[in-house]
Amino acid sequence: MINGFIALYIFMLAAFTGYEVISRVPVILHTPLMSGSNFVHGIVLVGAMVALGAAHTPLEQAIGFIGVLLAAGNAVGGYVSTERMLEMFKSSKEGKRGKSA
Amino acid sequence: MNTLMSPAVTDNLIQAAYFIAALLFIIGMKRMSSPKGARGGIIWAGIGMLIAGLITFLWPGMHNYILIITAIFVGSVLAWWSGRRVPMTAMPQMVALYNGMGGGAAAAIAALELLKGAAPNLVFAILAVLGGLIGAVSFSGSLIAFGKLQGLIKKSLRFRGQRILNMLVLLAALLQGGLLVTGISDGAGSVTAFFVLALVFGVLMTLPIGGADMPVVISLYNAFTGLAVGFEGFVLQNAAMIIAGTVVGAAGTLLTQLMARAMNRSIGNVLFSNFGETVTGGTAGVAGNLKPIEAADAAVMMAYANKVIVVPGYGMAVAQAQHKVWELCQLLQSRDVKVRFAIHPVAGRMPGHMNVLLAEAGVPYDLIADLDEINAEFASAEVALIIGANDVVNPDARNRQDSPIYGMPILNADKAKNVIVIKRGQGRGFSGIENALFYMDNTRMLYGDGQEAVARLIQSIKTIE
Repeated sequence: MINGFIALYIFMLAAFTGYEVISRVPVILHTPLMSGSNFVHGIVLVGAMVALGAAHTPLEQAIGFIGVLLAAGNAVGGYVSTERMLEMFKSSKEGKRGKSA
Repeated sequence: MNTLMSPAVTDNLIQAAYFIAALLFIIGMKRMSSPKGARGGIIWAGIGMLIAGLITFLWPGMHNYILIITAIFVGSVLAWWSGRRVPMTAMPQMVALYNGMGGGAAAAIAALELLKGAAPNLVFAILAVLGGLIGAVSFSGSLIAFGKLQGLIKKSLRFRGQRILNMLVLLAALLQGGLLVTGISDGAGSVTAFFVLALVFGVLMTLPIGGADMPVVISLYNAFTGLAVGFEGFVLQNAAMIIAGTVVGAAGTLLTQLMARAMNRSIGNVLFSNFGETVTGGTAGVAGNLKPIEAADAAVMMAYANKVIVVPGYGMAVAQAQHKVWELCQLLQSRDVKVRFAIHPVAGRMPGHMNVLLAEAGVPYDLIADLDEINAEFASAEVALIIGANDVVNPDARNRQDSPIYGMPILNADKAKNVIVIKRGQGRGFSGIENALFYMDNTRMLYGDGQEAVARLIQSIKTIE
């Protein structure tokens, strides 16, 4: 059980971590990084799974089903789009190596 | 499958997996903040997600396994398919769409928790309601943002008293949320009313915002979804969700600020001023006339230059000219001309979008410079080649206080010895402002479709020996 104050500490430390991680990002990576952080909140999938796993009535099951479906879309879509963008970033050296290979 | 292990072992295993997932997310995001390790970053985070997702099947007392697996399968396949085939120019709206889905998922969790009624204490109830509200707003707002950037919604809905109506809807949603928290009102009807109000607010809030401002809004909703996930993580007592959600909430807020600053706007300004599509300013005060140039002459100018700086804009990507532009640059490089790309923070649809589009064409990232790096170099460049960019090179932003873009940081392309502007016609930029750069003495206009004009340049340079 995560009690109130422990949760508050987690919130605080995680917020500073997020702020620090981003603060030194070059502008060229803003779009991929936004997409990457979009992927990370796809973790909502585990919550949606647990919520659907505990659903009983058809209404609850329907809401839970939509929740898991949307969350899976968030996670997978976020991953695919971020990976596609990032795999294109190459420096001059890497680019030349890529061509000779 | 749960009977194989004692509950305590299962619980420890799940917690350990969530811990590893949270760690991998943070390492992944850290790596994504530098071009070298960026690709590895998303893979690390992806492994974390896979571990967390798989271990959750061991959660004690779960049922509906078939429903869960079906939902994951359908959602994943649809997202994979759409994410693979979307063109790079449409990436911003896809991010909006996937982000909205996450917000919707957080709202669904909130709805299930609220339908159960009787939260263990007030804090749980408040966080469930807040997370649900933010998630639902992010969901419907992101869908509108997607529709606008995709061109499905063409007009920005604006009417008198709009802000007052928005405030009333938000207040009603908060009031209904308050009733749910205190338990004065509960049951499916009240929960539905709460979410309908929240969803309507998301739509109303996003509809009046113009297309140019949409990236800032998408980034804001990204932060919203993170926050909603963090709140629902607390409600579900799920540390991975709390950490990942809060990290994204904070990171997304900072990213939103950075984007807004790059556009010389405040976030409040973006949300409430409806600037995005206004047409202001005019030709008044612009002296001189537009001077056309032939491709052959422009080619000579560039072929014998020491340094050429290319300033690409979204127009280049729309014309699909980035591959041709890179071909042109390689040709110049083979003649020992130094080539660099100057990227304005808001070139493309959002900060960094142009870098993605250039990377797609094969341009190495060390040739690409941002505004602070490159602005001093324009003075030593023989040619600044402007292709598809407009407002971001308008010197009025520096010189004319009455210009609507006054104060916006710009690329000082006007400092180059010669400026060549590739442009389809004589139209204005995204903001509808006349560009003083185009009328300067050292500026020449090369008219034509981006791709075809660059092809003519390439042909002409090849004939020079």
